[in-house]
Amino acid sequence: MSMDTQPTPQPHAEAPQTRPARGAKTLGEPVVIIENVRKAFGDNEVLRDVSMTIRKSEVVVICGRSGSGKSTLLRCIDQLETIDGGTIRAAGHLMGFRETGGRRVPLRDHEVARQQRDLGMVFQNFNLFPHISVIENIMLAPTRILGRPRAEVKDEARALLARVGLPEKENAYPRQLSGGQQQRVAIARALAMKPKVMLFDEPTSALDPETVSEVLDVMIDLSHAGMTMIVVTHEMGFARAAADRVVLMHGGEIVEDAPPDQFFTAPKSEHTRTFLSKMLSH
Amino acid sequence: MNWSWPFFFDYITNGLMMRGAWTTVWLSVVSMVLGLGLGIVAALMKMYGNALLRYIAEFYIWLFRGTPILIQLIIIYTGLPQLGIRLTVIESAILGLALNEGAYLAEIIRAGIMSVDKGQDDAARSVGMRWTQRMRFVILPQATRTIIPPLGNQFNGMLKTTSLASVISMEELMRSAQMLAQINFRVLEVYSVAALWYLLLVTIWSAIQVRIEAHYEKPFGPAAAVSPEAEKELKKALQQAGTAKI
Ligand SMILES: Nc1ncnc2c1ncn2[C@@H]1O[C@H](COP(=O)(O)OP(=O)(O)OP(=O)(O)O)[C@@H](O)[C@H]1O
Ligand SMILES: [Mg+2]
Repeated sequence: MSMDTQPTPQPHAEAPQTRPARGAKTLGEPVVIIENVRKAFGDNEVLRDVSMTIRKSEVVVICGRSGSGKSTLLRCIDQLETIDGGTIRAAGHLMGFRETGGRRVPLRDHEVARQQRDLGMVFQNFNLFPHISVIENIMLAPTRILGRPRAEVKDEARALLARVGLPEKENAYPRQLSGGQQQRVAIARALAMKPKVMLFDEPTSALDPETVSEVLDVMIDLSHAGMTMIVVTHEMGFARAAADRVVLMHGGEIVEDAPPDQFFTAPKSEHTRTFLSKMLSH
Repeated sequence: MNWSWPFFFDYITNGLMMRGAWTTVWLSVVSMVLGLGLGIVAALMKMYGNALLRYIAEFYIWLFRGTPILIQLIIIYTGLPQLGIRLTVIESAILGLALNEGAYLAEIIRAGIMSVDKGQDDAARSVGMRWTQRMRFVILPQATRTIIPPLGNQFNGMLKTTSLASVISMEELMRSAQMLAQINFRVLEVYSVAALWYLLLVTIWSAIQVRIEAHYEKPFGPAAAVSPEAEKELKKALQQAGTAKI
């Protein structure tokens, strides 16, 4: 990868050609199964009966206006929030619960943590650990939580840094990096745990326009490598380039779930048409 | 005028005073370290514990911040034997100072933990850390940065607060001065020397403190600032801690 040293073409324009034809991509077994999920904050019903399935190597883009529940859905999948009803299965786990004799028992903190290892999350504000260097950010979880040998993990961490185009930044502290660079480190940090699915919550919304593409390129690259991804974003270029499905959330419900072509050209929902016309007028 | 330079200089090099000063140093360090442990536990109980743990922590903080340390020391050393609990002078001094310090540090540590961005906890969870790991590897190391400056001030205070342990005949600097004063009645000379010792210890500590603070600031650089709410919270804790302990 050479994203750091030379200007990259807009992924929006170029990526569709470099990507294998959509039909050629083989989707595997379901990796995330969301069934009738409900979540409320007090009286505010943020998710009402959300269901969807994401298969192995599938890339699903979620969009929708502010407050529609996109972040909450991702946070529920990753158990950063507990759900009030329904079921989330991800990476082979029944998230947040254990089934004993047909009854559901909420998991304890350390049991939830064990499930979370298999899911990677990338945040809008990067949330890198500011008190340790870039390489330590990536190595922290594999060494301290999985107890793997430092030397081996360090090699992997360096390979990940190279993969996100930042091989020379391993000893920098997060504050010394640009937003785009920090986000790429955050992606590397999540990948270091070898997750079965990656969740992205508006990964480029906090970035300067010039650095958006360097992060999107890494994500497109990841999708080509077969990573299962759920991406909340309003980068419609990314959706066209990398998504297998585009989902629109409105008022805590999924109102459109279609392949990109259909989503952009022949949406079924009134909400999608409104959303798209608002996006275009920006 | 009745000021004796020979006595003054004699006290400066006096072995009893030096041993007293040394006792003041280690007593301060030991009490501070134990107090820090107590403070961390109390802060975590208050922030993350169930109702019972929270209540215990709040009671502890309320009790030890609400009573004079002098009374605490006297009760521990002279009062507890009535209940059959007999502690040596040294044990009593350490216990009293640590318990008292822990109650003040608990609030400072709580403010420090609250100063860490919520997103850090999310990120730590997302890579699969359980609570103890999140605290140990992510939250507390970052809280340290905001805790260190007030902690340094607390230790400065501790160096001087140990003088109260003289009332239970702990042989630290103050007690050494008292004993020498009773022998020669050169009250002004001997307490002036004691005061100089305290000044010396506090000054040395200030130099150390600057280095420690710089060390913990390093990852954050000169420009990084604490969030305004966290700063307010910290100021509040500092004010409470700063109110006279005696
Ligand atoms: N921790 C919380 N406590 C209370 N209410 C919350 C919490 N988190 C989210 N909400 C509310 O839930 C609703 C959905 O929020 P969410 O963050 O999921 O929306 P979103 O689709 O991600 O929006 P945005 O595009 O602004 O990020 C909002 O009304 C928000 O105020
Ligand atoms: Mg959001």
